[in-house]
Amino acid sequence: MRLFRNMFANSKLRKMAGVQSIAHSTPGGITPHLHKSRSLRSKIMAIPIPPHLLIPLQQQQGTASAACVKAGDRVLKYQKIADATDSTSLDIYAPSSGVVSMIQNHTTINPAEKEQLCIFIDTDGKDEELAEIDAIEWQTLTREELLPVIRNAGICGMGGAGFPLPKKMETSSNREIHTLIVNAAECEPFITADQALIRERSEAVIQGAEILQYAINAKHCVIAIERSKGDAIAALSKSISHSSVEIVILDDKYPAGGERQVIQAVSGKELQANKLPADAGIHLQNVGSVYAVYRAVAESKPCISRITTLTGEALQTPKNFEALIGTPVSFLFDLCGIDKKNHAKTVVGGSLMGIELMDTSAPVMQSSNCLIAGSLAEFPDTIPEQPCIRCGFCAEACPAGLLPQQLLSYSRSEDAQQLEDHGLFDCIECGACSYVCPSKIPLVQYYRNSKEQLALSQEVFDTSKGWQARFQDHQYRIKKLKDEAEPRTAIKPANIPSAEEKPQGTFSKDQAILDVAAAVSRVKARRKNVIASSESPAKPIQADGEAET
Amino acid sequence: MLPLVGTIYFQSLMALIAVLLIMRVIYLMRQFWLQSLSRQHSIVDQINALLPQTQCGRCGHLGCRPYAKAISLGERINKCPPGGDETITNLSLLLNEHRHSLDPAHGEVLQRAVVVIREDECIGCTKCIQACPVDAILGGPKLMHTVIESECTACDLCIEPCPVDCIDLIQLGEPELLWRAPEAGKTTLIGSNL
Ligand code: SF4
Ligand code: SF4
Ligand code: SF4
Ligand code: SF4
Ligand code: SF4
Repeated sequence: MRLFRNMFANSKLRKMAGVQSIAHSTPGGITPHLHKSRSLRSKIMAIPIPPHLLIPLQQQQGTASAACVKAGDRVLKYQKIADATDSTSLDIYAPSSGVVSMIQNHTTINPAEKEQLCIFIDTDGKDEELAEIDAIEWQTLTREELLPVIRNAGICGMGGAGFPLPKKMETSSNREIHTLIVNAAECEPFITADQALIRERSEAVIQGAEILQYAINAKHCVIAIERSKGDAIAALSKSISHSSVEIVILDDKYPAGGERQVIQAVSGKELQANKLPADAGIHLQNVGSVYAVYRAVAESKPCISRITTLTGEALQTPKNFEALIGTPVSFLFDLCGIDKKNHAKTVVGGSLMGIELMDTSAPVMQSSNCLIAGSLAEFPDTIPEQPCIRCGFCAEACPAGLLPQQLLSYSRSEDAQQLEDHGLFDCIECGACSYVCPSKIPLVQYYRNSKEQLALSQEVFDTSKGWQARFQDHQYRIKKLKDEAEPRTAIKPANIPSAEEKPQGTFSKDQAILDVAAAVSRVKARRKNVIASSESPAKPIQADGEAET
Repeated sequence: MLPLVGTIYFQSLMALIAVLLIMRVIYLMRQFWLQSLSRQHSIVDQINALLPQTQCGRCGHLGCRPYAKAISLGERINKCPPGGDETITNLSLLLNEHRHSLDPAHGEVLQRAVVVIREDECIGCTKCIQACPVDAILGGPKLMHTVIESECTACDLCIEPCPVDCIDLIQLGEPELLWRAPEAGKTTLIGSNL
């Protein structure tokens, strides 16, 4: 029956246009209310330039970049303002022209409300660009020329997790990649940034996908998108007529767009827990990042903005914005006509994986795909968690096939071994289990906390291993120095250079005489010993050895 | 075929096969025994793995491994201040011993810390280098010295020998976690509460 349905759906969709195929099904998942239509009513808006920009030096997983401008410098749009320090950090470019007013800590978007170093730019409104760079014909470039262009554009994954693109490209280019999957599945409630992007700029997205496919040398390229996004699928179908890119239709459920879920849906095979997509020959990239790659290569513009959804009941005109990185969240809210009385909570990300933001002066980052100004009706106050009733709903919903209720009890009892055995590190932190839990237990928060704790204790263990090794090296060194120094101290007590330091080949007569005399006296002493003890000659030598150690 | 069974050839063939089988079994058993031997760490190593490896000598021994050895010979397990109660608990679980509280004669429970040399005051006497059990100090005679932060165990052995008191112990406090465990009324993750 299912086969029939699929075939039917398939042929119907195929008729629509383009080459499309239906994806395999994945386990678990939920179907929450999506709240998407409000922000999809209008087109993507380019935002006016905010009076102040504050650009965090670390917007991705990895290490912070190093600022290469200082307070008082005037910067132009697209000018580099921070350098990458290693492969997990990014170059950062000025989103608009203005003067750097200061570089100091400010609250940014993160779960602990930690402060982070930000570059503050007072914009001048002129939006003066760095001297125009000619667009590159990317088809004429070799792969080796193309990779640095992408790497230097300062792009990180725009799906929410914020994995730095250069690092991902590095991993993929070291392996054989057969398929590039562009992840256009945006399964989380409220977020519509990717859908809006595809529906309006599908040509650019397809070109971006082709560029990326060429750069990582993948044979196939597919775009994975859910069935419900008819307008986006239609736009894509129109744009892929001249390219080899294919569309794969996913089921409508949450989390359809998780990395592992998409891979399983497209390839039909589950990715093993400890494997990277690249190990299976797959490179997965969010469509926002693919668009940024297009901008970086085809238009020679580094990444300075992203499409962000602004929605929530407290906003009068929810819509998608092309927001400059570093725009304060409150500035965007004001543009959408925020109803302060109705505004109860600010959420960054969707309603399932998002985090609450206390201070709306925090800036938009590359991974901020959605900003919700929620009313109390949308986000009611937390009710205290109830005891687990072992209903098992969470296990049914879990897309990773885990037992969330077991994980919960091990997380509470901090049982590291059991947590690992029950696959804590396979948990993709999707929040499906918390969503269905009738006892309202914030399961994911327990898991995230446990994951961090385990990582920390592993780190402590590793450092203590290091200390132990250094201690042993130290003792070995001390012993060696002592062994080397001892025979000489008898001759000349002070100031003896160690064996390495002693200049080789320089001959001093006095020293030689002393050396010879010392050797002779040593031999004499030993002989005397041997005669005195009148035993076998082995004994005194042994005694000698003991005295030395 | 049947008359063959009685022949000496057949019997000797059987005997040969039996001998080969027995040898094989003995070989496998020996392999197994060797494997289990190599799997079994010495008890000193097992104890040592539970000690914090600060190498501070507060326990009255030269370092953590010597103390581990002493424990294996019957010394009390509550003499390590950097490890605190956690180490004592782990040791008592491993050795099935009573969980005494930390012996105050060896000091109080220590927190994470690191040592820093006030570099402009250092006179370059190299005393601290000689005291450091993990070679975490860089410097030369009459030159400025400095601590390699990532290698310093905060054993504070270098503080006392310094003639100009230019070495400070800086407490690091608890490490900051991005995700707290949920407490009543304060959840960071929204999805769970919809
Ligand atoms: S958060 Fe983790 S445990 Fe819960 S449903 Fe998602 S994958 Fe499963
Ligand atoms: S859904 Fe909630 S109450 Fe039910 S078994 Fe899972 S954790 Fe327990
Ligand atoms: S007191 Fe603890 S940390 Fe210090 S040397 Fe002894 S066992 Fe090691
Ligand atoms: S630098 Fe000082 S405190 Fe740090 S390990 Fe060396 S001796 Fe101990
Ligand atoms: S003991 Fe003090 S003065 Fe001497 S080298 Fe070390 S830090 Fe400098």
